[in-house]
Parts: sequence; structure tokens; C-alpha cells
Amino acid sequence: MTEPEQSAPSRRFDAVSWLRRYGTSVFLLALIVFFAVENSRFLSLRNVSNILTEVSIYGIIAVGMTFVILTAGVDLAVGSLLAFAGMSGALVMKALGADSSLGWLVALATAIAVGSLVGYLQGKAVTFFSVPPFIVTLGGMTIWRGATLILNDGSPISGFDASYRWWGTGSVAGIPVPILIFGLIAAAGLVTERYTRYGRYIYAVGGNPEAARLNGLDVPAIITSVYLIVGALSGLAGFLLSARLGAAEAVGGIGYELRVIASVVIGGTSLAGGRGGIGGTIVGALLIGVLTNGLVIMHVSSYWQQVVIGLIIVAAVAFDAYAKSHR
Amino acid sequence: MAKFGSGVSPKPNLLDVRDVCKQFPGVKALDGVEMQVRKGEVHALLGENGAGKSTLLKILSAALRADRGEATLDGVTLEPSETPRERQRAGLVTIYQEFNLLPFMSIAENLYLGCEPERRGFIDWAAMHDNSRALLTSLGLSVDPRRDVRHLSVAHQQMIEIGRAVARQAKLIVMDEPTAALGSREVEILHGVIGGLKARGVSFIYVTHRLDEVKMVCDSFTVLRDGRYVARGEVKAVETSDLVRLMVGRDVEFSKRARTARVGETALAVIGVARARDSSGRHAIALNDLSIEVKAGEILGFAGLVGAGRTELARIIFGADHCDRGVLYLNGSELRPLRSPKEAIRAGIALVPEDRKQQGCFLEQSISQNMTLPSLKRIARWRIFVNEKQERQLVEKYRTALRIKMASSAVAVGTLSGGNQQKVLLARCMALQPKVLIVDEPTRGIDIGAKAEVHQLLFEMAQSGIALIIISSEMPEVLALSDRIAVFREGCISGFLDARDATENNLMELMAISTHAAPKPSAVL
Repeated sequence: MTEPEQSAPSRRFDAVSWLRRYGTSVFLLALIVFFAVENSRFLSLRNVSNILTEVSIYGIIAVGMTFVILTAGVDLAVGSLLAFAGMSGALVMKALGADSSLGWLVALATAIAVGSLVGYLQGKAVTFFSVPPFIVTLGGMTIWRGATLILNDGSPISGFDASYRWWGTGSVAGIPVPILIFGLIAAAGLVTERYTRYGRYIYAVGGNPEAARLNGLDVPAIITSVYLIVGALSGLAGFLLSARLGAAEAVGGIGYELRVIASVVIGGTSLAGGRGGIGGTIVGALLIGVLTNGLVIMHVSSYWQQVVIGLIIVAAVAFDAYAKSHR
Repeated sequence: MAKFGSGVSPKPNLLDVRDVCKQFPGVKALDGVEMQVRKGEVHALLGENGAGKSTLLKILSAALRADRGEATLDGVTLEPSETPRERQRAGLVTIYQEFNLLPFMSIAENLYLGCEPERRGFIDWAAMHDNSRALLTSLGLSVDPRRDVRHLSVAHQQMIEIGRAVARQAKLIVMDEPTAALGSREVEILHGVIGGLKARGVSFIYVTHRLDEVKMVCDSFTVLRDGRYVARGEVKAVETSDLVRLMVGRDVEFSKRARTARVGETALAVIGVARARDSSGRHAIALNDLSIEVKAGEILGFAGLVGAGRTELARIIFGADHCDRGVLYLNGSELRPLRSPKEAIRAGIALVPEDRKQQGCFLEQSISQNMTLPSLKRIARWRIFVNEKQERQLVEKYRTALRIKMASSAVAVGTLSGGNQQKVLLARCMALQPKVLIVDEPTRGIDIGAKAEVHQLLFEMAQSGIALIIISSEMPEVLALSDRIAVFREGCISGFLDARDATENNLMELMAISTHAAPKPSAVL
């Protein structure tokens, strides 16, 4: 059998592939315009800054989650891990003497270290014991939530000094710190995806693991590494959230895994791996943030918000599948 | 059209296939094929790889629709619009090489899947187990029908497949390479069961490459060649050598190039590779004491049937699979058997795998990403960032050298034709500057013009001093490309042929006839 030679891509406007590429961005812009017209408060500096800070916390994790999903995996444990790592950081800081002005550094380093270690272990469970990622991280989701409750008997840790709180509430040149950090992480992610060997390897492993192995890639090591990265970023997000709220809470980050995965999926990254990227994820995260905030401003009940976000996830993936079958 | 033996059959035809044609894009897979199978006989369907056997079987089982032609089973026309399920109900059941059993269900459940005995709308388990026991006994099998299928050996699983056909009152059972994964004792058992069912009036179509089995178990035969009907007759009336001649006797597709190989030092020597048969079925055949050597600038062909050990040895050399014993020498220095393709690539061995889509290409990714993936280390700044300028140069260099037709190197590889995809994979290996290059099925599924081009490229690669191993199921291709040919049969190397002495006939004899005394590989090396 032979495949017929494909003709060169035609210059004719192709609505389906154009929408597939830019549809989410167009929808995001339409939402912004709609909410701005409905309520003048929506585009106020204060509200925009609120939306972006909120988006930043889970957006940071979504950058790492994009890598995980590009390898055809998933991590359901990120919300629990955020709480566990944040709580660990705060505990270690308090144990070492809370009033030191470098306390935040101890907490930050601990949160990232704990997140990385947990991510590494989950990655190893996926690669070494061949447990499906869905199962490993479903287990992780309850393990780390439970462990967080154990750590401080279910009560929050608060009473952070100003240098700690600055990471969640301060700003540089008028831009809130969490937004700056999200910007840095997103930029690093985009560079990694586009310009590094590691980025190419992630796409290769997700696109065709057997071919990746036959091209001399260490597939298990690459898969383990993406779980480590998303773990480290969950730790960072845990620290930032505790700094923003002024407390490390055992219930912090509940439901974040869904918001994070939804950002990646709405952004067009395929759950089958090998296709998509961080650019789309950023748009997806913004879309969820704008939608949630806009519905609140319009006094739509939070019950309905959940329904709407769920519908959009399904619609985004359904459209992607439709576009793929009509290529 | 040749005919062997009496044309007047004492028994009426059960299956009558006339003038079946099937066109695939760019190739005519079947062209006016006919076949007759009588009631209660075993009919061998013979032909080389690519002769059209699989296509014909798929049309018979209604997995494919023929463009033209008609078929009747027991006097009833087989409608092209039927589903595979309806075709089974009509009494024609196909057993493929990969079984369609459900491993986590019991034998009885598998036997009666979709036709469970019922009582008042519920499954009648007692009847199902009793029927199963009776059925298994009639096949000479004494296993408990309540056991899960996954505990059974490959041979027993095949019996269950046959049992399934019997439970559906099959009139004609089609078996595709039924003995490919069986040992000789198991083959005997299978032939016994076939004999028993034959006596009860069931007919078989038996597809095999093992011609000695045709003599043992089949009554009549049909030979296809290049999608055309060539001959039919009674097995008793022909010699095995006649069958070989009927199967291969065609114009050679590729003109043999006048080529003076400038052969250098031995680049790769493989001594005594062996691997036991794996009971889990991952490695269906045992490999026995395989030894080969290739010199720089030489093309060594691996000939043999699928599953004879060709691809298996190649994957072991490349570190993609493991072996129990064996030593590799690369340019005279010993290598431990390689544990991963990563080590093999570092040592200077490259592989273009057999299955382009599953093992070779990243279909969604660009041509340049596909081409440079294993070479990125060498074109990275600080080992981290891909140097895009160097990458473009690399892609341009091999695009020109391999004459790859593409609009842009940013286009997804999945949009290219098979021939150009294969060239991208060759370019990927060339960019690694290997000492040894293994190409498994260099031209599978690509059109004739691209084939000639790929062959030319392989010659050029050998000319540049690379030691090449070429694996191909197409005998004309092996003959056209190789300087020397290693012939594989059932996990052994049954002989080496110099290209000058090799013909399709003596290749086929070494490949397919087990009565041939296999020379010790060490004596030939």
C-alpha cells in the first residue's frame, strides 16, 4: 500500500484549523469585552490585579502540568501537594525560630524541596513500578492531603512577618509579586519548550515513546523529571499562597488539580501527549480566571460557575477532537 | 494458468471465489483472484509476502470490501455489505495470528461469547459449561472450561479459537499462519484437531509459509503471486519444489546494480547470540547461536520469514531487546551486549526500525525535529539549548543528500508520503554518522519509484564505508541489495549465500524447508 502524496498546504482560509489555533484566545477576548460592558468595575486596576494574582498561583503549577500532560501523563496530586509543601515550609520556619528576617527563605526552600521530592517519588512510581499516573497521583492526592492534616493537627499556621507576606501581597513597580513570579516561570517554560533539548525530548516521549527509546532517549528519566518539575512548582505555589493568605492551611489548594488540568486542556494540549504547549495553557488559565471573576461580579452563584467551567472544558476538548477528525 | 491433479472433484465446492479485485491507493492488491474449497478438505493458500493472501482473507472475513468479484459459501452468495459478525453467522470464521480471546474471561465464556445459551433471559451457566466440556473433549482437550484463558499456553489458546469456530457451527475455518508461534509437538496436536474436524465435514483454508506443512496437512492448494491467481491443484500431485517455483516465478522487480563493493575491515561481528523462548509469548521463538559479521562498505542481507529471527537479532544488536548469551565486536573491540539503544547509538550503531509509523516517526512533529532528535546533543549550546542555525544546516545537508521532497522542514512528518518518511528516518541515522547501519524493511509500503531511490541511497551509504545490514521480507529486494545474505529459519541461521550464487529458489529453500540440513554458521563465517 502506498500513501498518496499530500498536496502543499493551500492558502485558502481554513476556518476549522484557524479556530482550533486561536479559538480559545478569541473566546477569552470576547469574555473580557462582555464582562467589561456588563460591569465597569471589571476592568478596574484593582480587579485586574486580583484576577491575575489568583491566576498566577495555579498558573505556575499549570506550566509544570503542561509538561506532564505532554508526556501523556497527568498529576492529580498538585492541590494536596501545594498544601503539604506550604505547610512543611511554614513548620520548618517556625521550628527554626520564626522571627528571623530570612525565615521566608527557609520556608520557600523547604516547600520547593518537599514538592520536588514528592514529585520525584511519584514519577518513580510511574516509571519504575509501571503504575498508571492517574492511579499514582490519585493516591497522592489523598496521601498528601492527609499528611498535611497530620503535620499540624489540622490547624493552620499563621503569624508570618512582613518579609514573608511580601511574597504574596507585595509588589514591584506596581506589579504584584505572584504575577511577576508567574511571568518568570511561564517565560522559562516557554524557552524550555521551544529552545532546549529537554523540551524536544518531552514532545518526543509524549508523541511516540517507543520511537523515543529507539532514538536513544532515556524515557523513564524524562518522565520522572516532569513529575519532579510539577512537584517543585506546586511547592512554590504553596509558599506563595500561604504568603498571600497569611496562613498555611490544611485545606489550601483544594480543587486546584482540576483548575490546573482544565487550564492545560482548554489551552489545547492533548491528553494523549505530544501535542500542545505552554502558550495555550496560559490562555487557558486566564480564561478560567476571567470567567470565575466575571461571574462573581455579575452575581452569578458559585454553583453555576462550576457548571459553566465544566461545560467549557468539555466543549474545548470536543472541538479539538472534531477539528482533528476533519483535518 | 497451471492446474495440478484432477480437475473433477468428487465433493462439491463449499467456497467458490471468482474474479475478486481490490485496489489500494497506488497498488493493485488483488486482480481477478479465484479460489475453490471443497467440503471437508484443507486448502492451502500460498504466496510470498505481498502476494495478496492477507487482503483476500480480509475480504473473505468481511473486514475489507472487494472492488469486484463474487463469492459463494455452500451455494449462498456472500454479500459484500455483510459485517464480519454476519459473515461468521454464515459459517465462515477466520482465526488471525493475534488471537481475539478475552484473557480475563473463562474458556466457556470465550467459547460462547455472543451466543451464550440462555434460559428465561439469563445465561444458563450449567448448559454453557456442559456444552464447553463436550466441545473441548471432542477437540481432545482436557481442561476445565471455568479456567481463565490467560492461563493457557499459546497452543491451547489456539484450540480455544478453533473451539469457538466450532461452537458457531463454522463450515469453513480460515487460519492465518496457525503454526508461526507453535513448537513441533504443538503443531502435531493442531494437525490432529484439524484432521478430526475435517472428518466431520468442516473445511479449512490454511495459510502458511512452511511448505513441509502443506504436504503434511493440506489436500489442495491455490497459489497467488503479485495479487494474481497463478495455479491450483492437488497437493499429492506436486513436489515442494514445484510450489516454490510457482510462488516466486516472476520477473525480478529490481534490476541488480553493477556494484563493486569496496569492502574494508570487519566493522561488526556478532558471535553466538542466543535467547530462550519466553513463555509469556513476548519472544515467541528461541534464538540459537546466531553469528554474523559485516565489513565496512558491505551490505549484508537478512532473509527469512517474519518471526524467523531476523528482526529479533537486529534489535538485540541495537540494544532494544536483550539476549541470554552472545558477544559483539565493533571495529575489533569487544562490546558488552548493549543494554539500550542509547548505548548502541553512542557506540556507532543506528537502526531504521521495521514499523515506520509505530517505531520510527513522530508523526505530529516537524521534519526537522524528526531528523535531528538523536543528534541534538552535538548541536546544543552548553548541552542545553538547541542551536537552531546548526540544526537548519544539518537538515539542509541531509535533505539535499537524500533528495527529500518537502515544502518546508517545519511540516509535520505525518503529511509526507511513505517514501519521504523513510528518507527522513534514513537521514536521521545518517546524521549520527554511524559505523553500522541496520535498516529493517527499507521499502515496506512505499511505491515502486521511491523504492528504487531508497535502494540507490543505501548503495551510496555502503559506498561511503558504512557497514549495512538490510532486512527484507521481499526476496527480490534482498537479492538486489546484498553482497552477502544470511538466511534465517526458525531462530537459526540456515545458511549464508554469496550474492552471486543466490537465486529466489535457493533462498526460498533455505528459508522455508526444514528438511534442508542447516550448515553450522561457524563453518560459513
